[in-house]
Amino acid sequence: MSLHGYLTLGALVFAIGLFGVVTRRNAVGMLLGIELMLNAVNINLVAFSRFHADLGGIVFSLFTIAITVAEVALGLAIVIVIFRVRKTIEADRLDLLRG
Amino acid sequence: MTPIPAPPVLLSALTPVLVILAAGALVLLLDLVPPRDTKQHLGGLALGGFVASLLASVWFWDADLRAFRDMIALDNFALFFNLVIGYAGALVVLLSMDYVRRTGAETGEYYALVLFAGSGMMLLGSATDLIVVFLSLELMSLSLYVLAGLFKTRLDSGEASMKYFLLGAFASSFLLYGIALVYGATGSTNFDKVAAALAGKAPDGLVVVGLGLMLVGFGFKLSSVPFHMWAPDVYQGAPTTVTAFIATGSKAAAFAAVIRLLFSALRSMQPDWTVLLWGVAALTMTVGNVVAIAQSNLKRMLAYSSVAHVGYMLVGLVAGGASGAGAVLFYLLAYTFTTAGTFGVISLCGRTSGDESVDVRDYAGLARRHPLLAFVLSLFLLSLIGIPPLAGFVGKFYLFGAAVRGGYLWLVVIGVLNSAIAAYYYLRVIVYMYMREPEEAIPAGLVPSFAGGLALAISIVGIVLLGVMPAPFANLAVAAVAPLLK
Amino acid sequence: MSPIAFALVAAIAIASAIGLLVKKNPIHGALFLVVNLGCVAVFYLGLGAEFLAVAQVIVYAGAIMVLFVFAIMVLIPGKEETGPDPRVRWRVAALPFGALLFAQLIMILGARRGAPTAAPAAPVPGGVEAIGRLLFTDYLLPFELTSVLLLAAMVGVLLLARRRA
Repeated sequence: MSLHGYLTLGALVFAIGLFGVVTRRNAVGMLLGIELMLNAVNINLVAFSRFHADLGGIVFSLFTIAITVAEVALGLAIVIVIFRVRKTIEADRLDLLRG
Repeated sequence: MTPIPAPPVLLSALTPVLVILAAGALVLLLDLVPPRDTKQHLGGLALGGFVASLLASVWFWDADLRAFRDMIALDNFALFFNLVIGYAGALVVLLSMDYVRRTGAETGEYYALVLFAGSGMMLLGSATDLIVVFLSLELMSLSLYVLAGLFKTRLDSGEASMKYFLLGAFASSFLLYGIALVYGATGSTNFDKVAAALAGKAPDGLVVVGLGLMLVGFGFKLSSVPFHMWAPDVYQGAPTTVTAFIATGSKAAAFAAVIRLLFSALRSMQPDWTVLLWGVAALTMTVGNVVAIAQSNLKRMLAYSSVAHVGYMLVGLVAGGASGAGAVLFYLLAYTFTTAGTFGVISLCGRTSGDESVDVRDYAGLARRHPLLAFVLSLFLLSLIGIPPLAGFVGKFYLFGAAVRGGYLWLVVIGVLNSAIAAYYYLRVIVYMYMREPEEAIPAGLVPSFAGGLALAISIVGIVLLGVMPAPFANLAVAAVAPLLK
Repeated sequence: MSPIAFALVAAIAIASAIGLLVKKNPIHGALFLVVNLGCVAVFYLGLGAEFLAVAQVIVYAGAIMVLFVFAIMVLIPGKEETGPDPRVRWRVAALPFGALLFAQLIMILGARRGAPTAAPAAPVPGGVEAIGRLLFTDYLLPFELTSVLLLAAMVGVLLLARRRA
């Protein structure tokens, strides 16, 4: 399969994830979209790595996975904190902070 | 299986960062042993970490070390940012020893996370590889997301944390996509190799998009328009000392990474990013200042004002060269002292009422209740306006001067007009403090603790010193950007 | 990877991504994300990155998904996004924006030149040994930095999730 296929796929999944983040009203849903975007980038990294015959991209995606995992854990912890204070996690209803 | 050769390790190039990390680990450990009812000694340790890191940075001045296969560099540029971030961290810890304790949220983890965030910021200044840029940015951001949500029983703090986290993670994915495309186009993530691969060629479409996506990612971290919408909510909801750290340290660190990236790795694309940044700078200045006028919450107002200040600094990047980039560094130093001091006064003014005094009306008649605090806050606000002989004026003078020499006259006109708009909302606070009567009786007796007072005193000395004798510091800033322009 | 296999897996990946978008229930969304992550792991295999594929399945599709589904079940049992959407105009505007970004990316990817488009004859080995070697030599600093980052994240999560102040 050519590099183009992977890059196009990565771009498409990234765009879908981006759309998901913008349209979701729920904090967990937005987090799901962000995961999709980060994964799309990983496809790019690994594909470039393969076509450059350089392992750097693959190692980079390993770090990306580790960071994403830390981010998700942190994000869910923040969700739990807010949930304890207020029994909703819909981002739209978080409207205390308005100018 | 062949044995793995020992990798080249030069830890001295990491000294300032390692000192802070060691302090962070020590704070976590000491948190578990007696005395457990007080955390003041942990604050002292965190402060010691930042001060030791500052001393180490001074000690290494003029060093030019590269380590870990050129992934980090300890040159004057990195050291200058270590100084800015070290000062920001030390001031934040000093203010926290007063504010966070008073609000009952003082824990060992708080100081540890401030230290971890500080180490991430310093690494951003040193990073010469896109992988390290990404990792240290995440180290800084993850710590700050948590710190923003420190007040777990308060909804606005949780909201701030959530918004900061969601938009930060969103921005990270843009940055990462940009990095991936640059890697794809050049086959490397190392700044020097990227620069070598791009030199003397018409830019590949992949690199142009990569540059754009990376600037979007950094735009969020810098809170430049149109990626500034998180700033007011986060600045308002986060604990005031954390807000001070976000406004000073994280901004300086993001600028460090952007400057090194643009001036070394992507220098062959200067025409492309100059055009882009011209528009962003003009928009950022204008939107920040115009929206700030309408704010009555002081923390929100300062958030928009900080957006505007990012715009001024971007003018320096557009101007380019040693004078432009040097002016940005000088301005960051001045801005750090001024902003940390301003938020410091706000954090100290909540003392008697329990809640924080963040509305501009809470400051009515402050001059009578506490003349010294009112005077100090006035000084900081005047520096933010850019009144001589304070640091803010000299900073703007250098920035706009560099832009005029670079031929960006229109940008300077926009900048100067914006400074005039900005004077209105800063002066309004001063008018309230000196000329209005408080609507309700607020008990007097705001007495900053020793730590809080010391932080304000350092900031005052900083802005006056930078304003009265700027030349040595400006020379320092120009010397700091020299390694990038080789 | 043969073009047919690629097309098949890509179709599943895109379908699951769209499914994640369309389904309002976050549990369905999380399950669609698992499918998507699995497809990405297959791509890694096809690209010769065996270790990464395994790591993807274990770390991402395993650990993260358990975390996600757990959190969703505890926090919002059966709750879906209902009622009038307060920001509907924003969301309608998101579609052309997303489409525009995608079109732009494709145009640029199509117009690019210079970089290789065909895979090198012998793929670089993406196995455990090669990656381990790199992690402890060339990428030692990022590796250590990641450990600091995980420590900071752990401390942060503990600070937030702990009940007492």
